[in-house]
Amino acid sequence: MSGREVDGGDLAAQDSALATGPDYAIDVQGLSKSFGTNQVVHNLSMRVRRGQIYGFLGPNGSGKTTTIRMLCGLLTPDEGHGTCLGMDILTQGRAIRRHVGYMTQKFSLYADLSVRENLEFIARIYGVPDAEAAAAEAIVALGLEGRERQLAGDLSGGWKQRLALGACILPKPQLLLLDEPTAGVDPKARREFWAQIHDLAAEGVTVLVSTHYMDEAERCHEIAYIAYGELLAQGTVDEVVAGSALHMWRVTGPDPAALARELMEVPGIELVAPFGTSVHVGGRDRAALERAVASFAAREELVWRPDSPSLEDVFIDLINRSRDNFR
Amino acid sequence: MIGVAGSLRRIGAMIRKEFIQLMRDRVSFAAMVSIPLLQLILFGYAINTTPRHLPTAVLAYDQSSLTRSILAAIENTKYFSITHHPVNEAEAEHLLRSGQVLFVVEIPAGFERAVRRGESPSLLVSADATDPVASTSALAALGRLVETSVRRERFNLEDAPEGSGLEKAPPPFEFRTHPRYNPAAVTQLNIVPGLLGTILTMTMLIFTALSVTREIERGTMETLLAMPIRPVEIMVGKIAPYVMVGAMQAAMILGAAVLLFDVPVVGNLALLTVLTGLFILTNLSIGYTFSTLAQNQLQAVQMTFMYFLPNILLSGFMFPFAGMPTWAQWIAETLPLTHYLRMVRGILLKGATSADLVQNILGLSVIMLVAMFIAVKRFRQTLD
Repeated sequence: MSGREVDGGDLAAQDSALATGPDYAIDVQGLSKSFGTNQVVHNLSMRVRRGQIYGFLGPNGSGKTTTIRMLCGLLTPDEGHGTCLGMDILTQGRAIRRHVGYMTQKFSLYADLSVRENLEFIARIYGVPDAEAAAAEAIVALGLEGRERQLAGDLSGGWKQRLALGACILPKPQLLLLDEPTAGVDPKARREFWAQIHDLAAEGVTVLVSTHYMDEAERCHEIAYIAYGELLAQGTVDEVVAGSALHMWRVTGPDPAALARELMEVPGIELVAPFGTSVHVGGRDRAALERAVASFAAREELVWRPDSPSLEDVFIDLINRSRDNFR
Repeated sequence: MIGVAGSLRRIGAMIRKEFIQLMRDRVSFAAMVSIPLLQLILFGYAINTTPRHLPTAVLAYDQSSLTRSILAAIENTKYFSITHHPVNEAEAEHLLRSGQVLFVVEIPAGFERAVRRGESPSLLVSADATDPVASTSALAALGRLVETSVRRERFNLEDAPEGSGLEKAPPPFEFRTHPRYNPAAVTQLNIVPGLLGTILTMTMLIFTALSVTREIERGTMETLLAMPIRPVEIMVGKIAPYVMVGAMQAAMILGAAVLLFDVPVVGNLALLTVLTGLFILTNLSIGYTFSTLAQNQLQAVQMTFMYFLPNILLSGFMFPFAGMPTWAQWIAETLPLTHYLRMVRGILLKGATSADLVQNILGLSVIMLVAMFIAVKRFRQTLD
């Protein structure tokens, strides 16, 4: 892969060679990682097809960041093996890094370098042929003209995020690993960000993005849900919802908070989620759930309606059940 | 009153919080407890401002029982320790210039015969006077103590009973002392070149000691590691700019030393430049090593200070190197400043050549390579 550094003219040829490689941008099996006695990732396998946007979901501390770091070679897995862009994650870390853009959770460009200096630095490290031109191009693409001399640390949160993504895609990576890129970013900036992610995917870039936002999960081609270091569900949003085998009711009534507390005690109800003025109630045993609902028939102030599970319902159910298994 | 109580409560909360944070930083806490004690013991035993057992070379052109008595008397003063027996003047000169000995005692041919004839011949004692502290008291002791003891042993007791008047007779021989390199015993001539090394040590260490920990603290290390760059490339890239900064500092200090303090430049300036470059590089490598060992910038600064103190106290900058016990000298040999002080004082004041300094050049190079090796090994290529 060093050819890219030495000879910029081969860039396109190399990239197309990479693009026609194996079908999966990420293909890993049985990844495990512990820090001390704390197992953060346990026997995780995943496959991400090229050109896909793959959503990586899970609660805080579930092992998302650790998994992403193992994929780009920043952490060495204790167990497991696999490939990134067809290259071995255990032995070809450096070659992988050349074609992977990694955006950290925390802003990690140089706060005391200007926008332009940051971009030029990255372009030079990756051996982009004309670093200055590439940086100038990226500044225009980012809409940061006029601000290129501003220190990166002085940018607002939304602009920092844009710059970080811009820096990530500057060396034209084949795979983007984005670790909670939209945390703390306003809705408009998030929307623009996702539009850009879809453009990149359309150009053939594979994107793995971790997030907490359900609406963002629904913008992904496929999602994976991870909790306590285990992959609990994987597939398209519809597949994951269908696979949950969850049956839902929505109940509306006065004082939903008190109602939710009451519902939690009822056998047959496995999932209770207050939702504004209503409460989502769910369970996987359809008959038991219906018996539970029927037991409230006498309460005339309550209005019951069958509902379909949302992605959030599915995840909360998954995490509740995995907690029972692991804790 | 209520205001005071509230203020005390808030101060109490602050104190409590500070203590918790203090105890949590294990490295700092260990440093607070162990380092002062360690340094007290180390420096307390090592430092000696009236140094004894100073390394001395004897160039003996006359081997006789008288000369043996004189040499024994010289050693009995406790100020001198005869460590070398050069065979000619060139070798003696090299020993003195390279700092391996502080004194050369030359016994001329036919010395004993001249004494017997009552010619009162001279013993020539050349002293390295670059550090006046080390040489002055030893030279003062020489004439008095040795003469008395030799006279008592060989003349008084054998030939002349007490009060015979022989004590007041002209001395059977005399010492001609020759303080070299800094005959006027100007302290600045010794201190100012030493300061060049000391200042460079401090600045160079701090620059690089902060470089890696800063990246880790600011979170930029993660981005850096995710990029296709090798640890060695990062190290070279981080050290190189400071080599230039160090060279600039060295040039300024040297210029001021010559212009303001009249420090002579006896030796080869080009050699000094090359060796100063080596010294700068060594310190930068050590600072970089600290940078990879420390978990945060505070720890890096603490390490630098812990390291700086022995450099100042044991290297021969403040106190005579030769006056320290052997174990302390061995510790000092592992410090770059020790070697550099010999180089810079040797070249500026004594006109030392690369042949005179070869041991120090080797010593410094070994220290640098070890530091670089540790730095590259310690540099975590992953976040594991």
